[in-house]
Amino acid sequence: MLCNICNKNQATVHLTEIVDEQMSELHLCDECARKKSMQMEQQFGLSDLLAGLVDYGKQFGGGEKSAAVLKCGHCGLTYEDFRKIGRLGCSECYASFVKYLAPLLKRIHGASAHTGKFPPGQIPEGPRPQKTKMTRDANIDELKAGLQQAIVTEEFEDAARLRDKIKELEQKAKEPEKKEGKKKGGVKKDEI
Amino acid sequence: MRFEDLLGQTSGWLKGTGPNSDIVISSRVRLARNLVKIPFPHWAKRPDLEQVVVMAENAFRNTEQLKSGLFLRLDDLDNVDKQFLVERHLMSTEHANRSNQKALLLTSDENIAIMVNEEDHLRMQVMEPGFDLDVTWGVMNKIDDRLAELLPYAVRRDWGYLTACPTNTGTGMRGSVMLHLPGLVMTRQINRVLEAISKLSFTTRGLYGEGTQASGNFFQISNQVSLGQREEEIIGNIKGVIKQIIEQEEKARETLLAEHRELLEDRVWRSYGTLKNAHIISSNETVELLSMLRLGSDIGIVKDVERGLINELFILTQPAHLQKFENKKLTANERDIKRAQIIRERITK
Repeated sequence: MLCNICNKNQATVHLTEIVDEQMSELHLCDECARKKSMQMEQQFGLSDLLAGLVDYGKQFGGGEKSAAVLKCGHCGLTYEDFRKIGRLGCSECYASFVKYLAPLLKRIHGASAHTGKFPPGQIPEGPRPQKTKMTRDANIDELKAGLQQAIVTEEFEDAARLRDKIKELEQKAKEPEKKEGKKKGGVKKDEI
Repeated sequence: MRFEDLLGQTSGWLKGTGPNSDIVISSRVRLARNLVKIPFPHWAKRPDLEQVVVMAENAFRNTEQLKSGLFLRLDDLDNVDKQFLVERHLMSTEHANRSNQKALLLTSDENIAIMVNEEDHLRMQVMEPGFDLDVTWGVMNKIDDRLAELLPYAVRRDWGYLTACPTNTGTGMRGSVMLHLPGLVMTRQINRVLEAISKLSFTTRGLYGEGTQASGNFFQISNQVSLGQREEEIIGNIKGVIKQIIEQEEKARETLLAEHRELLEDRVWRSYGTLKNAHIISSNETVELLSMLRLGSDIGIVKDVERGLINELFILTQPAHLQKFENKKLTANERDIKRAQIIRERITK
């Protein structure tokens, strides 16, 4: 989709604006979005809306713009859509919004790791909840997802911090595993 | 099996048999499952939804427990038929309301029902009569294992099964038990009990699940948390809570019998008398009176009415069932007359 203002660049920021009870959608490229937000600063509708989003982002330690533009690359559902309808768009949304869903799931269930069954004979890929080497893998995966998002949302300070953290963890992972000893052959069934 | 056959039979879970069936109507386990990468039903386009229906039907046809079941596309059913299935607890109101590219599979005993494209791609339920969550979970678990071989379930190692709403993430499981608690209601202890339950992360609902009021002293109690506990732990926790409630209800019934026997007998016999003789009866009144008759039968005041029949009457007297019996649309007034007639016929048989 092309930017509604310049009609040249790919739209990456998607906003719903309500003025005098009229709802309109805006799809903007990064550059026009920046201009638009400065221009809108003094007006009521959009800036108020943004303020709400910023608050929400901060609540989960996210950056200012992150919640507003975060979007699932697979199904196109934005985090804002999720906030409005309370339903995710597809299984990939869980990876797309990992940073926000982790605290949310913890709040809903009082726990953050699945301990129940998996499809028989299948151990799904992805971050593992156990407190062994797997925790480290889980962290790396999550940090990588966070890094991806930080880049998309131009939170460069966050991105730099995450990049360093990932490097550090990957370095550690290469060192011999003294404490975890023999568990090199992957996960045992009873650990899941 | 044909759709028309349902009207003439009693749902397996309504039979009034099984452990503690004087207090527990039925035990139910449901699992929410989704297919990887296909948008969840509310966010999916028609072709995606159609793909899910086709994949699901195929998988059901290759699953021993399901292959001879009745597979219904909701687009092919009229509103009365859909309401009829809701009244039999085979699907949700939500599933009936928006019916594009939605489907339902049910087995001939009606103990297993799978909604396709409700909130999640698959919502599977197993229901058994009485208090028997272990058996219920055992049946569900086997079907789920088989379907997992045939369908690409969306699952993550850290968060388990992925669902449209994060409140179901993890096991995707709800275990629930339908209880008849007239003793606790009449001795005014019910609120205290329900409050205690909600503190333990359980939810109470009415006869028809989410968003319905408790009526006729029926309460459906289920777990709220689906992440961080194994399926067996969830089942174990519900069992623990339900056992306590059963004990409390038994005590309440004993107290009523010991201290207010005449009052209790009066209410039971008046209810029985009205049901046997009324010619016009509303749905609310029916539920209240049937509840008293059931209590009377459970504690031995009334001896000539089977528990299974009373259970069945709760369902047969619902609006869509009455219209299916008459095979035409009925106004509210006509339904009240038809309802009274059906009760009279069945109860005096």
